[in-house]
Amino acid sequence: MRGAPRARRQGVTARMADPSRHEPASTGDGAGTAVATPPRRVRDPDDALVWYRRMVVARRFEEETERAFRRGKIGGYLHVYSGQEAVAAGFLAEMRDDDIFFTAYRDHAHALFRGSPPGAVMAELFGKATGVARGKGGSMHLFDVARGFYGGYGIVGGHIPLAVGAAYALRYQGGNRVCLCFMGDGAINSGGFHEAMNMAGLWGQTGGCPLLVIVENNQFAMGTPVVRSSAVTDLASRFAAYGIPAERIDGMDFFTVRAAARRAIASVRASGRPVAIEALTYRFAGHGAADLFQPYRSREDVERARGRDPILILERRLREAGLLDDAAVAAAAAEAEAIVADAVRFAEESPAPPAEALHIDVYGADA
Amino acid sequence: MPELSYRDAIRATLIDEMDRDPAIVLLGEDIGVYQGTFRITADLLGRYGPTRVIDTPISELGFVGAAIGMAMLGLRPVVEMMTWNFSLLAFDQIVNNAAKLRYFSGGQVEVPLVIRGPNGAGVQLSAQHSQSLEVLYAHVPGLHVVTPATPAEASGLLRTAIRGRDPVIFLEHAALYASRGEVPDGDFVLPFGRAEVVRAGDAVTVVAYSRMVGVALEAAERLAAEGIEAEVINLRTLRPLDVETVLASVRRTHRAVVVQEQWRLFGAAAEIAATIAEGAFDLLDAPVERVTGADVPMPYARNLELLALPDADDVVRAARRTLYREPASAGGHADG
Repeated sequence: MRGAPRARRQGVTARMADPSRHEPASTGDGAGTAVATPPRRVRDPDDALVWYRRMVVARRFEEETERAFRRGKIGGYLHVYSGQEAVAAGFLAEMRDDDIFFTAYRDHAHALFRGSPPGAVMAELFGKATGVARGKGGSMHLFDVARGFYGGYGIVGGHIPLAVGAAYALRYQGGNRVCLCFMGDGAINSGGFHEAMNMAGLWGQTGGCPLLVIVENNQFAMGTPVVRSSAVTDLASRFAAYGIPAERIDGMDFFTVRAAARRAIASVRASGRPVAIEALTYRFAGHGAADLFQPYRSREDVERARGRDPILILERRLREAGLLDDAAVAAAAAEAEAIVADAVRFAEESPAPPAEALHIDVYGADA
Repeated sequence: MPELSYRDAIRATLIDEMDRDPAIVLLGEDIGVYQGTFRITADLLGRYGPTRVIDTPISELGFVGAAIGMAMLGLRPVVEMMTWNFSLLAFDQIVNNAAKLRYFSGGQVEVPLVIRGPNGAGVQLSAQHSQSLEVLYAHVPGLHVVTPATPAEASGLLRTAIRGRDPVIFLEHAALYASRGEVPDGDFVLPFGRAEVVRAGDAVTVVAYSRMVGVALEAAERLAAEGIEAEVINLRTLRPLDVETVLASVRRTHRAVVVQEQWRLFGAAAEIAATIAEGAFDLLDAPVERVTGADVPMPYARNLELLALPDADDVVRAARRTLYREPASAGGHADG
């Protein structure tokens, strides 16, 4: 077992790394770095409660997608986000309405957190015409461009260059919008990552690349742990090669993520230069719904990781601050139950795409 | 109507379009300070500055992907692929992102992207730098594949490509850059999917594109000397493919030769021959002939390179075969 639990034991450093002298955060060097201790007071109680409830909805949503997959309602691949909620929630909470983002194929919660209707997200997974991509994309290709969500992508690392170009375009067009690019730890070993980060570093030198890269280090590239796939396990350190400041944070604590997101987005917005954050997290489910036996990790590993469930961490913090009690927790669960039940009903009752849709959107209308 | 080289026609069109539309940006290796490997972008950095003329690192995957992202956000990037051989490094970006984004996003994004550069062989660059890769892209729905044969076509088709709403694979031919021809003034636009009958004839239809159009015309002149009037069709674009013009001609001539520079197996000629068989089977008086490059990696030695490429002789012999004036091919060599 690696990653989040170990990070907790040793203390997670929160610092902007100087790329020229970055040291692995996991060495626990202590001096000059701050251990991320949770603030006792919650900055914006109402907002924190909103995000708690959204994370509960996302978790319940994913439980239901797994059930629907087993029922044969969802086809293809299904990659659920359970365990990683604090990462997407913390970053999306700090995005402005006109900012944009890209992510990979573990993308359901990103859409929900950005405000896509749960019914339309579920309908996409069910392959229905009312889905966020009209049933053409499925689980791996959620899109909601009106909300700045430029897609989920299925080729590991393949979306990273797109995000770099999109960031360039934002600055080219004027204004100070920023682009977020979520990626997994597996993608950090792809050629696309390195080519794209080099260009982001170059373009950032003249303030032309307002990009925030978020490495969601859930410890596994499918079934291969970071230690077996990356020669350097401190993934934040890999951005040093491209002159991109990078920070490693505890991705299980919503407030830690959110504070890091606030700092990073402000920096990117002001400077037009890329910043990266490696968020240590953990994937509670298998890689995909077909990954039943998970021979690459033990049940004990998963149970230990569940001890730092991001939703329970947030719940505990909100209870300590006097913002949540048993009744409110139960109400949030009931609300999530209802939202997800509605989403499933909407998806079930929605029509499949009509046969004519097969040939639509291959080319633009005036082609 | 000025006479321009193929190279200058492309450059002049880029300038016209960049003057017209500030959303157009250029990306590529050594297109700026170095002035472009084939000087298509000479002086454009000076004209438009580094924000619009972007010298990239040697990162085809990276800069093609970035251009796709720019296009998704409303820019109109024109990427120079130093040669199409290097596009294999960006193949995933082109096939999995550029071509499909409109579709799998349910129509929420589009990718108005042009990737242009030289394709093909003939200047002793040997195996890794002498490939005709058009069918790799023509196979993929969501892409347009454009193969101009003349300076006018290079200009008119590039204008259409830049103004379009979809990714365009714009395949120039290095051996044509110095060729000259008249290019109409002003806002000259050629639509995709419209082939041109460049020489009328009634004995046999010869279908070609890019550099092979010139080879086909040379063959047609020699056939005319022996009384065979070949009709030569320049496809201009492979995707969309102008099936109607090809079939209309074959229905009159009853014979067809398809010429391509690329490898024979699974090539453009196979697709066009199948299209003719489907659309004009009853009207054919002979099997459709294919004239293609040899089924080998391109050799360096000049004599071997010439053997590997189709020439007018090959086209003449193939046309004669369709008229039963030449023994049928046993198959296996360059011209079939």
